[in-house]
Amino acid sequence: MEHIRMPKVEHVRLVDRSSSRRTQVGTLYLTATHTIFVGKGSEDRNDLWVLHSLVCNVVKHKASQSGYPLLIICKNFQVIRFIIPQESDCHDVYISLSRLSRPEKYEELYCFSFNPNVDKAEREHSWDFLDLKAEYSRMGLPNKLWHVNPINREYRVCDTYPADLFVPKSVTLPVIVGSSKFRSRGRFPTLSYYCKENHATICRSSQPLSGFSARCLEDEQMLQAIMKSNPGSRFMYVVDTRPKLNAMANRAAGKGYENEDNYCNIKFQFIGIENIHVMRNSQQKLIEVSALHSPSMGEFLTGLENSDWLRHIKSIMEAGLFISKAVAEEGVSVLVHCSDGWDRTAQVCSVASVLLDPYYRTLKGLMVLIEKDWVSFGHMFSHRCGHLIGEAKEVSPVIDQFLECVWQLMEQFPCAFEYNEKFLISIHIHIYSCHYGNFICNSQKERKDLCIKEKAHSVWLHLWEKKLDFMNPLFKPDQSQNQGLLRPSTAPYCFKYWRRLYNRFDRELHPRQSELDCLMTVKEETQKLEEELALYEQVKLIVHPKLKIKQALWSLPLDTSLANTPQDYIGGAPNVFTLQQGERESAELCLFGDQTKSSDADNSDQESGVADFSSHSSGEESLPSEDSVKDPDSDETGPNRA
Amino acid sequence: MEFAELIKTPRVDGVVLRRPFMPTVEGTLCLTGHHLILSSRQDNTEELWLLHANIDSTEKRFVGSLGTIIVKCKDLRVIQLDIPGMEECLNIASSIEALSTLDSVSLMYPFFYRPLFEVIEDGWQSFVPEESFKDLESMTDEWRLSEVNKDFSVCPSYPSLLTVPRDIDDESLCKAASFRHGGRFPVLSYYHKKNGMVIMRAAQPLTGTNGRRCKEDEKLINATLCAGKRGYIIDTRTIAVAQQAKARGGGFEQEANYPQWRRIHKAIERSNVLQDSLIKLVEACNDQSHSMDRWLSKLEASNWQSNVKEILTTACLAAQCIDREGASVLVHGTEGTDSTLQVTSLAQIILDPACRTIRGFEVLIEREWLQAGHPFQQRCAQSAYSNGKLRSEAPVFLLFLDCVWQILRQFPCSFQFNENLLIMLFEHAYASQFGTFLGNCVAERGKLQLSQKTVSLWSWVNRPQELERFLNPLYEPNNLVIWPSVAPQSLLLWEGVFLRWNRSTKCLDEAYQEMVHIIEYNKELQNKVNSLRRQLAQLETEDKMVADLK
Repeated sequence: MEHIRMPKVEHVRLVDRSSSRRTQVGTLYLTATHTIFVGKGSEDRNDLWVLHSLVCNVVKHKASQSGYPLLIICKNFQVIRFIIPQESDCHDVYISLSRLSRPEKYEELYCFSFNPNVDKAEREHSWDFLDLKAEYSRMGLPNKLWHVNPINREYRVCDTYPADLFVPKSVTLPVIVGSSKFRSRGRFPTLSYYCKENHATICRSSQPLSGFSARCLEDEQMLQAIMKSNPGSRFMYVVDTRPKLNAMANRAAGKGYENEDNYCNIKFQFIGIENIHVMRNSQQKLIEVSALHSPSMGEFLTGLENSDWLRHIKSIMEAGLFISKAVAEEGVSVLVHCSDGWDRTAQVCSVASVLLDPYYRTLKGLMVLIEKDWVSFGHMFSHRCGHLIGEAKEVSPVIDQFLECVWQLMEQFPCAFEYNEKFLISIHIHIYSCHYGNFICNSQKERKDLCIKEKAHSVWLHLWEKKLDFMNPLFKPDQSQNQGLLRPSTAPYCFKYWRRLYNRFDRELHPRQSELDCLMTVKEETQKLEEELALYEQVKLIVHPKLKIKQALWSLPLDTSLANTPQDYIGGAPNVFTLQQGERESAELCLFGDQTKSSDADNSDQESGVADFSSHSSGEESLPSEDSVKDPDSDETGPNRA
Repeated sequence: MEFAELIKTPRVDGVVLRRPFMPTVEGTLCLTGHHLILSSRQDNTEELWLLHANIDSTEKRFVGSLGTIIVKCKDLRVIQLDIPGMEECLNIASSIEALSTLDSVSLMYPFFYRPLFEVIEDGWQSFVPEESFKDLESMTDEWRLSEVNKDFSVCPSYPSLLTVPRDIDDESLCKAASFRHGGRFPVLSYYHKKNGMVIMRAAQPLTGTNGRRCKEDEKLINATLCAGKRGYIIDTRTIAVAQQAKARGGGFEQEANYPQWRRIHKAIERSNVLQDSLIKLVEACNDQSHSMDRWLSKLEASNWQSNVKEILTTACLAAQCIDREGASVLVHGTEGTDSTLQVTSLAQIILDPACRTIRGFEVLIEREWLQAGHPFQQRCAQSAYSNGKLRSEAPVFLLFLDCVWQILRQFPCSFQFNENLLIMLFEHAYASQFGTFLGNCVAERGKLQLSQKTVSLWSWVNRPQELERFLNPLYEPNNLVIWPSVAPQSLLLWEGVFLRWNRSTKCLDEAYQEMVHIIEYNKELQNKVNSLRRQLAQLETEDKMVADLK
């Protein structure tokens, strides 16, 4: 609270860039956790809530005629433009927000103040929702070749790894310790994915400290043991996901990559995925392109090309495809590493897993995969997402790229995924929002030290409870081509710009009618019909005997007890039906978007896009839609509305 | 001329057909007057029947005595034929070359094609101008049908019946025609029921360098304005291009002479530029280098998407003038047969829900393209693989279809038809067994006696069995004006046409089937539930009767 210089400013204008007509006047409030804008007109739909932890940057612009512009740039790619009448107010808000959005300590993050009063059992329940042990046993582990080695229980061998790690049974403690000493940050080779069908595995590690000539017998034994734990194969792949040049440069620093001559039966392979700094700059350029105000087609495509973003996505996808093919088609195990083994390695292992295993294409499966390959294996969420004020150079959209790879796959295989794109976007927001405890800190050890599980909630149960919103109506798990390995095309034209993520808040850019929403409504309605039908079936059974009874009534009018029994049923049943009919009609009304409702209103969303088409580069303006600022699925940015 | 003269080798055995994403087929290659046929003569494999007219260009290669002909089609597909024997290969290649470039229209396949289906509704009779005029008459009496062009002497590219302002007599029309390029004087294109505003189209006025004017032309277009109202003239060319046109006798309307009209210039490219754009785009799509940078820079350099954006933007502008500004619009470019038609027809799709039904869309194509004199035969003589001497080929119609597809993507529930209809129209505009797209204007079609000698595409499309394929399962009539986004982020590459042969569509087809299934299943349940509800209601009444009797 001490950071809030100015809790309330009136007569603030919220500007919609695409249309000046959509500008709203209202009051701006700063709270400990949110920036809140309440538009005049008292309709609560005009509220805008922005979580401080989602704020990436606050920028003051030069004063204009109407006041002092203040931009809030969010990590979910929303840009909010305020104009504040007084310079001093603007400055105070700026200073307050700059501080509030750059927490110095973990304790300041929203997850520690969110829902503190919910009882302990419920909080624990949220954390118990996902269980990695269950995930490994789903894969078929432990088995006679692989087991959990307790060596890292106290995080002594490697403080960025999880406590429980799978290694080949044949590996002895000295081998693990020796190997870990020969690897950056002690991240020795350990199992990430096990393929039950053919025993091939995906293992991960950091780079070896090989320099120009160093070798380590234990590390060589380790790789040998991994290879041997796949009895059918005669060799294994070692995939270095870095560009060869980068890996070679590392040798000078005493790091580097495996020498094929020192390791028995390995095939070494470079896959040139660029480092976090290149990726950060690339996304920055992409964001700039996505934020261009009515660009020409040429500007947009050139910007897209110059950002190199899709090229990077393609290289990650290709790496994942290489590994998944090695495992599924050749039955060969793969060891993947980059430098530290927590960025590119996590990306590539998880993309390969999505391609290999249909389970990861289900809602719960994707949660488990992120929990395993990213959270437990020490992807540095705090650094990469910039949760705390710190090294800007450590920030990088590594996990964004993984989510985008999944999205690109969904575009190519529309029936193969149980979830839809909203699920990916929700995960993306929660990774950055610090609303839940899952993505706080940089490793399991840090989270344990901070007692995250005792103080904050887990996001997975929350997402699971909202799963109806995240279902892909086209999902067909039984289709043969959705089983087993997905083989995406990696031709450049198969990679598309993810408009829903990067232009999520520019409503006028998206289709005015959504196929997805429409199909979801139809499916929902179908389900209701099925239920109703089942009910009728039941009723039929009763009605038919009753028909006979009716006949009986004619002959036996005295037997009132018999007549009364079915009467109750008939009495009860129609109520149910009329109720359902009412529901059904309302479902039909909104079946095809809200156009039927809004058709009288002149400002219906569909009709937006009317603009000054006459000026050369214009045409994307929109009229105010009813909920111009508040996104319906952005409860993430709002406070605890529960 | 006998086709036999051109066919040096009618038949070769042991030919191997290779196509991307499809199994190779080995079989016998036969050439007929109009088709290239490859058949493995096995029951379960598909035969290839390729119209010679669909062949855009061919290349041949030899390795030893094995010859290879690469056939590039107007529908953008590329197939490879491996032909054993050098002589056979050369013969086949030269025959294909000759047969696919026949000059005479009357030798085209539609004149030889006999339908295997019964023509229930003759497509040639489906769309008569008198019919649409009746609709118009029911809304307004300000327009009349003129027969001034009945022998095509006033304007050779216009149909014989034209809708013009009631108060303008035929003599004035003739004078106005002499002031417009190709005699294309302003005529009615669309009447907006909601507010009575209209879209008219014409060709450029022949003002020339000395600023000629024509009172009748001014009177003609002013006749469409209510007192005190202003209108917009949308010139599809940039002001610079329009200025240059003056030197060749063309030009644009001077403000001084048309004080009630505001002129807006847009920048839709001319046809030769569009053809170049198509060639570059298809080359980018077929690039095998698999480099992301190359793909994006080639896509950008092709300018195809920019053309789509510009055309759509202009159409939105026209629609906006009509619906939002409440002002009438006159659209023209140079000749009034290309960009003008793109704009007027797209504006109607935006404004008029009827154009988003299958029948309405057919009417639109018939009226705004075929009758309006878009020179299909010239524009679609060659496609993206054309090389060398181009005459007046241009993908004007394809761009229109692409724009329709963009709107369809943004309003997936507002169209009665689906993408398949658009793709089918693209194919048939370039090569077809039907006569619909032959000739360049109504007069030419009459001379060719197409309606007597060929089958209409619509006769086929409108059969219930065929229509099925073109129906959009998500369709729910939407009476609103639909405003598409024309931002680059919103415009997509039309993969169904441009990447059609470069990728496997198995998963996408499956998704489409699933969507159809979901909706059909829903309808089925609805029917079941409704009938059960009725039954139950009946039972209840009976029940009540029983109770009453008691």
